[in-house]
Amino acid sequence: MAGWQVLFYKELLRFWKVSFQTVAAPVLTAVLYLMIFGHVLEDHVKVYGTVAYTSFLIPGLVMMSVLQNAFANSSSSLIQSKITGNLVFLLVTPLSHWAWFAAYVAASMVRGLMVGLGVFIVTAFFAVPPLVEPWWVIIFAVLGAGMLGSLGLIAGLWADKFDQMAAFQNFIIMPMTFLSGVFYSVHSLPPFWQTVSHLNPFFYMIDGFRRGFFGVSDASPWLSLAVVGISFVGVAAVALRLLATGYKLRN
Amino acid sequence: MHPVAPQTAAAAGADRPPAVSFQHISKSFTTPRGEFNALSDVSFDIQQGEFFGLLGPNGAGKTTLISILAGLARASQGQVTVMGHDVVSDYAAARRALGIVPQELVFDPFFSVRESLRIQSGYFGVKNNDAWITELLEHLGLADKAKSNMRQLSGGMKRRVLVAQALVHRPPVIVLDEPTAGVDVELRQTLWQFIARLNKEGHTVLLTTHYLEEAEALCHRIAMLKQGKVVALNRTSELLAGTASTMLRFKTDQALPASLAAQARVTGRIAQIKAHDAEDVERILATLRGAEVKVEDLEIGRADLEDVFLEIMGGGQA
Repeated sequence: MAGWQVLFYKELLRFWKVSFQTVAAPVLTAVLYLMIFGHVLEDHVKVYGTVAYTSFLIPGLVMMSVLQNAFANSSSSLIQSKITGNLVFLLVTPLSHWAWFAAYVAASMVRGLMVGLGVFIVTAFFAVPPLVEPWWVIIFAVLGAGMLGSLGLIAGLWADKFDQMAAFQNFIIMPMTFLSGVFYSVHSLPPFWQTVSHLNPFFYMIDGFRRGFFGVSDASPWLSLAVVGISFVGVAAVALRLLATGYKLRN
Repeated sequence: MHPVAPQTAAAAGADRPPAVSFQHISKSFTTPRGEFNALSDVSFDIQQGEFFGLLGPNGAGKTTLISILAGLARASQGQVTVMGHDVVSDYAAARRALGIVPQELVFDPFFSVRESLRIQSGYFGVKNNDAWITELLEHLGLADKAKSNMRQLSGGMKRRVLVAQALVHRPPVIVLDEPTAGVDVELRQTLWQFIARLNKEGHTVLLTTHYLEEAEALCHRIAMLKQGKVVALNRTSELLAGTASTMLRFKTDQALPASLAAQARVTGRIAQIKAHDAEDVERILATLRGAEVKVEDLEIGRADLEDVFLEIMGGGQA
């Protein structure tokens, strides 16, 4: 195995050794959301005219889980290593910034997609949404996980303390995912908030992902692909730049 | 007797690059109280095969210098090479040639000892390293801990794993940053036997330590840092030869007379006073008698590295 593959494998082992906390717990959280919101709104809300609310909600919850867990993996691994000091084992190696990026982001993607798949499997007991255009499901899940894994890398490099990381997660990642249309179609919003939603790249990830299930979406999947693709490249470029310059790693 | 390795290194001539070369290294930090110069124009070479000591009081810049060598920090000015490879522009080759034992007792709580060592080997692209890992574990007295999780190990055992981690890729240059701080006698001996063996096999060793007797016993050459500057750089034997030749040592429960207290080094009941010649010894004893100070276990011995160190660092105040 090349150096980056070893780091990737180590990152997989790191979350897998505590999988109860890193995989099972987020699956349970998503299922609780489904049970509560589904129970309350199932009989009152129809989306895109015909889609039952529980069915509509499932792809949103799956994608939300993918995004949040991809972010959590790289960010928490890095900040823990920084605070406990064991990042030194990595800093003294010949691994390049590309190797760091590839390993951390790939492991984040695996965790995000694993949790997403877990949510999908468990929610299948409640409802199974159709898979009209499955390629969009795969493309947006992979791109979204990659983007959030990269964002987690940036947050992990930037944060010096756990509370800074919590602030990043609670004041940026959580609102952006919750306000992106996980729980509703943005068409149901007043025009002002629809416009605001369209400025949030997370909206395009969820909308494009949902498109794969229902064949209907708020925005064109091609527009979503462009927004998500460009965002991913931008975020990845920032993460790579920070790694290459040793930002907060090599003073 | 002069150590062998530096002579062989010198004899090999210019075709062998120095194991480590610091050239005009300066490092400054911006602090709330203004600019702080941690290192000022530090230059010296360590030849291949040397056992080299880097000494200095806390805050002298030893760890900063080692961090720059390891790529953990960047020099504000100057250049460092490891086996001829620049640590910034040719960092991958430089880091492959370097094994660092960090000062802090750090570990990855997710893994067992053997897992940690396998992973560390992998980062350096070393495959199928189990035979060498087993050898390291045996030499460092860790064989029965191979499957233990890092969290379950005592401080001393974690320290041994840090040494093993630094050596997994068989680096030609080994850097030990205060490896015996807070470590029991058994580990110190195990560690020094093993490191001395590696040095005999041709590995270059750079050591920082607070235990000056270790540096005196092990190091061929020594550099001393004070406030970020090199204040001494010589063979250990010459550093020792260049200082006052004798020390008067004795035990006492009483306070020394003022004229002697100023030049004495006192550790608990033990007092040591520098004596240049026999007359000096007589004068000191007369002063003690005059002040009715009762002394026990009186002996006259050679000055050791600690005396040299204190003299260079500016009196007995270090």
